[in-house]
Amino acid sequence: MDAILEVTDLAKRYGDFAAVKGVSFDIKRGEIFSLLGPNGAGKTTTISMLSTLFSPSSGDATISGHSVTREAMTVRRAIGVVPQELALYDELTARENLNFWGQMYGLGGDALKRRVDDVLAQIGLTDKANDRVKTYSGGMKRRVNIGVGLLHKPQLLFMDEPTVGIDPQSRRAILDTVLDLNKHGTSVLYTTHYMEEAQELSHRVGIMDGGQMIALGTVKELTRRVGERETLRLHLADDADATTLAIAMRAVPGVIEASATDHQVVVIVPDAEAALAAIVTKANDAGVRIRSLDIEEPNLEAVFLHLTGRALRD
Amino acid sequence: MNKLLTIALKDLTLAFRDRAALILMLAAPMTLTLGLGLVTGRFSGGDNTRGLRDIPVAVVNQDDGPLGRALADALASSDLNGLIEPITVATADDARQRVADDEAAAAVIIPAGFTASVTDLRGLGDPGGLAHIELHANPARPVSAGVAQSVVERFLGEVEANRLSAQVAVEQMVASGRLQPADVPATVQALAQRQSDEPNAITIEHTTESGAPPPAFDPLAFLAPGMALLFLMYTVTRGGAQLLAERDGGTLARLFISPTAMPMVLGGKVAGIFLTAVAQVAILIGSSTVLFDLRWGDPLGLVLLVPAVALAATGWGMLLTSFVKTPQQIGGLGSAVMLVFGVLGGSFGNFQLPGALQALGRITPNAWGIQGFAALGDGGALADVLPNVLALLAIAAVTFAIAVVLFRRNGFVKK
Repeated sequence: MDAILEVTDLAKRYGDFAAVKGVSFDIKRGEIFSLLGPNGAGKTTTISMLSTLFSPSSGDATISGHSVTREAMTVRRAIGVVPQELALYDELTARENLNFWGQMYGLGGDALKRRVDDVLAQIGLTDKANDRVKTYSGGMKRRVNIGVGLLHKPQLLFMDEPTVGIDPQSRRAILDTVLDLNKHGTSVLYTTHYMEEAQELSHRVGIMDGGQMIALGTVKELTRRVGERETLRLHLADDADATTLAIAMRAVPGVIEASATDHQVVVIVPDAEAALAAIVTKANDAGVRIRSLDIEEPNLEAVFLHLTGRALRD
Repeated sequence: MNKLLTIALKDLTLAFRDRAALILMLAAPMTLTLGLGLVTGRFSGGDNTRGLRDIPVAVVNQDDGPLGRALADALASSDLNGLIEPITVATADDARQRVADDEAAAAVIIPAGFTASVTDLRGLGDPGGLAHIELHANPARPVSAGVAQSVVERFLGEVEANRLSAQVAVEQMVASGRLQPADVPATVQALAQRQSDEPNAITIEHTTESGAPPPAFDPLAFLAPGMALLFLMYTVTRGGAQLLAERDGGTLARLFISPTAMPMVLGGKVAGIFLTAVAQVAILIGSSTVLFDLRWGDPLGLVLLVPAVALAATGWGMLLTSFVKTPQQIGGLGSAVMLVFGVLGGSFGNFQLPGALQALGRITPNAWGIQGFAALGDGGALADVLPNVLALLAIAAVTFAIAVVLFRRNGFVKK
């Protein structure tokens, strides 16, 4: 499989601050590649450079052999971009938005009309096509936002955190759309800080942190790095101090890593069942009430924790 | 070019779907024009009347000399027929009472001995010795009273000019020895009598550059362009705010990563503001023509002047936008500039501003635009507004150039 995107030492600096520190990776044709990392990892800046919005401070990337720095216009015709923001006009209808953006991508006449109808059907908004976007729910707006990126049938689609702030049903619909697009041959670069999305969608995953690519491979390859480890996820009561408990957990025999996030404590252990009693006892000793507890197979969150010592959503 | 037009038309659509914007772009100037028209009595004269007509002015002539008669005749002259309706009353108290009862917009009271005080040589060089004409204005009809006042002032200006020329003539004759000091009083009396005896010694003269008789005075011909241009500044600063909002909201970035050149994108945004401004003024012209029977003048002149005004205003909008960072900031700055330009540029009327402020007003689209619209409304043609159009284009060129420099320096587009 040849690469549709090849990134070489791509870097972006703002004065003394390095937002992206020389990342390199490629995406094969027909592949879904996820960039996984916490907020501020450099995912959006990377997409902004690849989509020709920002100029790299150094390095380059090619899309279907065309340089993003020297052949920007050719690159723009080949890519579709779904930005993190809802980059739409609220006072226009979904159809008017799609018509406008289609014209910006050089579509017109009957071809534009047909394509707009197709995209409206694809994102499930045919019935609401003539309603102004301002009347839509967050999930519907997200779907229009995605639809704009699909209008010109791009070879490579960049999707920057497309499920942020929406309900589970809309999120499911968007993930299904991505899978469907890929099934029809579209390559996708998908950024997210949701481990579950990257794990479900991706052929390969690049994990970014602090502007660097700290790991890259298939989900299986990445989780193998963690070794034979399991994750215990403790869901705490709202008034519990997760950070203090995570620190306390690190003293429990057999605990490899422990990290706090969103009223949860994630504990990495070699054998979850064996460690369970000691962990619950520790929580009781600390006066923390555990609402529920999950035992998870090795996953990308465990990988991130293993690589950085922090939870993905810290 | 298609894409530029597509972006511009999209922005035009968005502007006209924004209810708040419509209120300030169209409803506010129309309402203010209507309100000011009512204040000036523009709509009180029946179906076929336009402008101020038949202003009732109470006239009391207690002077038995020719100048008193001349002023009374001037107020009743055919030149002012239709504009002023003089009501001759016997006493000053009666005249004042008519004003108090709102039967008259003003009272002109010519005191006894007015002619004598003017022609008496002893009054020369001693204004305190002159009898004063009293103009009693009706505060409820400020514009109508102002018209009466301007007629009287015009008359007094003529009188004063004649008085001074008589003084100079007599002094020169005495200095050259052709007139003996003892003969001065008789000569002055004779000169004064000759001045007042001349049939058209004091007239109200209206002129136009073309020599054609001027149309009836219509206050809306000044008020409507003034209001249109006042709120035009709102429209262009709103356009600037939208540009910043698009940058902050991500749609501008999305345009930049489409296969559309950046100058085309920014050109489209500016063209959208310009088109919105043109549409706003065109709608105000059209609606005031239909609703208020307002004549804006030569269509060709308008076709040239309206885009020029819109372009100059758009230039100012871009320049103001280049100074700020957020849509909220341009909103505040825009409102302030709108009012300042309104005052300096004459949108609220011709205030007697100090010379420096009058000169400063020339940098506003309001001043050149209002002057141009007034010229067209006064019967002028395309050639008459060419200087205004050129001035407006110069304003546009300068403001756009500075805005581009500032946008680049401030890094409007993050790269």
